[in-house]
Amino acid sequence: MTTLAHEHDAASHDNHGEHGHAEHHGPRGILNWLTTTDHKIIGLSYTVTSVIMLVLGGALAEVIRGQLANPNGHLVSFSEYNQLFTMHGSIMIYLFAGPFAFGALANIIVPIQIGAPDMAFPRLNALSYWLYLSGAITMLLGFFTSEGAANFGWVAYTPLSDAVQAPGYGTDLWIGGLILTGFSAIFTGVNICATVFYLRAPGMTLFRMPIFTWNLLVVSILILLAFPVLTAGLVMLYADRHFGTHIYSVAGGGVPVLWQHIFWFWGHPEVYILALPFFGMVTEIIPVFSKKPVFGYKGMVFATITIAALSLGVWAHHMFTTGVVLLPFFSIMSLLIAVPTGIKLFNWIGTMWRGQIWFSTAMLMAIGFVVTFLIGGLTGVYLASPPLDFFTHDTYFVVAHFHSVVMALVLGGMAGLYYWGPKITGYLLNERIGKVQFWLLFIGTQLFTIPQYWLGLDGMPRRMAIYPNNPEWQNANTWSSVGALMIGVSTLLFVINIVVSWKKHPAGDNPWDGHTLEWFTTSPPPHHNFYRLPQIRSERPTWDHNHPEAKALGHGKDHQ
Amino acid sequence: MELTSLPPKGSSVKNRLARIAAVLAVPGAGLVLSGCTVPSFYASEGVTETSKSTFHLWQGFSIAAAIIGAFTSGLILWAVLRYRRKGDAIPKQTQYHIPLEILYTIIPIIIVIGLFVATVVVENKVVADPPTTTEIHANAFQWGWGFTYTDHNAVTVGSTTEEPTMVMPVDTDVRVILTSTDVVHGFYVKEFNFSRFALPGVTNKFTFHAVKTGTFAGQCTQMCGLYHSIMYFKVKVVSQSDYSKWLASFDTPEGKAKADAAKKVLAEQMSAHVPVKPEASGGTNKQ
Repeated sequence: MTTLAHEHDAASHDNHGEHGHAEHHGPRGILNWLTTTDHKIIGLSYTVTSVIMLVLGGALAEVIRGQLANPNGHLVSFSEYNQLFTMHGSIMIYLFAGPFAFGALANIIVPIQIGAPDMAFPRLNALSYWLYLSGAITMLLGFFTSEGAANFGWVAYTPLSDAVQAPGYGTDLWIGGLILTGFSAIFTGVNICATVFYLRAPGMTLFRMPIFTWNLLVVSILILLAFPVLTAGLVMLYADRHFGTHIYSVAGGGVPVLWQHIFWFWGHPEVYILALPFFGMVTEIIPVFSKKPVFGYKGMVFATITIAALSLGVWAHHMFTTGVVLLPFFSIMSLLIAVPTGIKLFNWIGTMWRGQIWFSTAMLMAIGFVVTFLIGGLTGVYLASPPLDFFTHDTYFVVAHFHSVVMALVLGGMAGLYYWGPKITGYLLNERIGKVQFWLLFIGTQLFTIPQYWLGLDGMPRRMAIYPNNPEWQNANTWSSVGALMIGVSTLLFVINIVVSWKKHPAGDNPWDGHTLEWFTTSPPPHHNFYRLPQIRSERPTWDHNHPEAKALGHGKDHQ
Repeated sequence: MELTSLPPKGSSVKNRLARIAAVLAVPGAGLVLSGCTVPSFYASEGVTETSKSTFHLWQGFSIAAAIIGAFTSGLILWAVLRYRRKGDAIPKQTQYHIPLEILYTIIPIIIVIGLFVATVVVENKVVADPPTTTEIHANAFQWGWGFTYTDHNAVTVGSTTEEPTMVMPVDTDVRVILTSTDVVHGFYVKEFNFSRFALPGVTNKFTFHAVKTGTFAGQCTQMCGLYHSIMYFKVKVVSQSDYSKWLASFDTPEGKAKADAAKKVLAEQMSAHVPVKPEASGGTNKQ
């Protein structure tokens, strides 16, 4: 078998040997963590930090659901409630989902999947992480100011976020934190683009890149197009608050709705910046656990590019009810996104079709993702139609829709952690706890969102600390809260699983019979990732190396 | 290792898809044929002309979503149950099936175009602005609503402690002119299947043609600050004669006094929340 492999990367060749990590002579412990430019350690820092943010944002969500379990909940005051949902949304979107999607697993896996020794700009990569961490701390410090954290919703519509309506320092810290994490994202985008374009191993052509890497490349381009707009918008908001400009204020001749345009011009590509990496994760996992190549590889790439292109022209579907946007254009653009997304869905099903499906925790989470995303996707089609959006906008229907989508992403993220965790740490997670976690998470998610769809259709607006004393509404809200509690318990189980499985079950290099390059190297990979590389003749070099007799069948070959 | 094709010969993907499609087509066709008993899919049927059109659009979208959802989740369920691991044999490494891939690109495009056409037809009805002399000015402020009537003395105003009522006649085109004095609010009436932002600096207009009398709940839907949760109003649709009587009640001396008092309250509410003056927005970092 090894005859097919050839030595590669002569630069660090001399230090190789039986010492493994010892080859890298650098500082150890905390000093190593502070000064490292190794993409794997930075990626791990991203992973740990963003999962802490997930737990934190989840804790706020549990308080919100506790308050709403009763129509006249007294758990928190109106003012505290407004801070809670603002910071829940902000933490989950800005500090968990984004950084986890393009900073955590992407940072670790993308360079390895293309056979690179590190990211193209390792120091810039470190800067990205430190900007992210300091931005996150900055935003969270708002809780410790006298007027509390930001309280105008995560979308911060002006004038509610101006100096008169939101005078507190919590708002300034929120804006400052976002500017920092915004730069962090932009630098990561630059880095991933450069890495994918310049550091691919010999033989790794663009159309031999794994779909996960493809998606991250497209996401990075989207980041470069969208994040500077948000960052500029935030700087203008800050200037309005403190330097006397009138960009968003009516009295000074400004236009409040401009903020909504700027925000959503970032905000809708952001939805796909968040989603595409998770699409990529399950596109890696489903083929491996079905023992088949990804079905319609080229169609998958095409679908990713189409989604990204369309996502730049749909922002005003968040603004149908403002009465100041061209409805049909944004409607057709939004509806069309269903087409490439549908292609992806059918490709995932096609990959499982006639496979040999191994229901590991990672695979269960990936299937849970597909089902939950199907629900979130179908309900999203309604919202692309302006007349239907008119009566569901800002109701719980929308809340339920995007929570179906983001909970699908959480399932996908968990799939990624169970799948790549052993590669990163060298140890497997406990499968039995994993499966209990999956069922709690999956059932909890549906129990949490489905009552909310009904609540929205029955007229319950979002962001309400209390609601009319209607037994049916209370019932639905209670079920939703039970679902949220199950999700919380499942997250706790994940943490318990890490503790229980700590250094217990060594994973070996390739525990899942993986397809891509990361499964060719050791677990965890050495300092510069590879001692040797296999021949790269398809998007499955490791599989081709291990199963030379079972290459993927090309176009038009033998489909009866 | 041996390459095996697991399913029995003859049951190609195409055949199976056709079979599943046939199974699904029966309830689908049933739904369409029994037109008058199409379920509501939990939405409100509506009490205005346009809200009824919107409701029918909702039903159409829901039928499409139900069929696509049942078909797709059926495929997922089948794949998961049928193709569970049964050994170590490596399945056939199929990667492409171009006709199938084209099929599931084209069909969604056709569905999307259908949904879009239906959307535009209904949307044009909903955003139409037919000529009418019955005009209500709805003013949103933190945290309440004030309603005044073009060419009439009538006025209703209320905040968090007392819900204001927007009175309007049935079987008449009623234009609502919506503005906000401070932040973004949302004007939402569930039974009208409609909501619209009240944006500072923007005047939004829309028309209702109620076909049923009654009192309907309305509420602010867009987060607008501390008391957003309790920014309610009511819409009372009355007969045309009751509407005229109600308008006239503000023309008597005591009615006028009542209207003047209400107008004063509304003016106070609005002046308390006038948009930020240039000199007031210098913020805390003055040099």
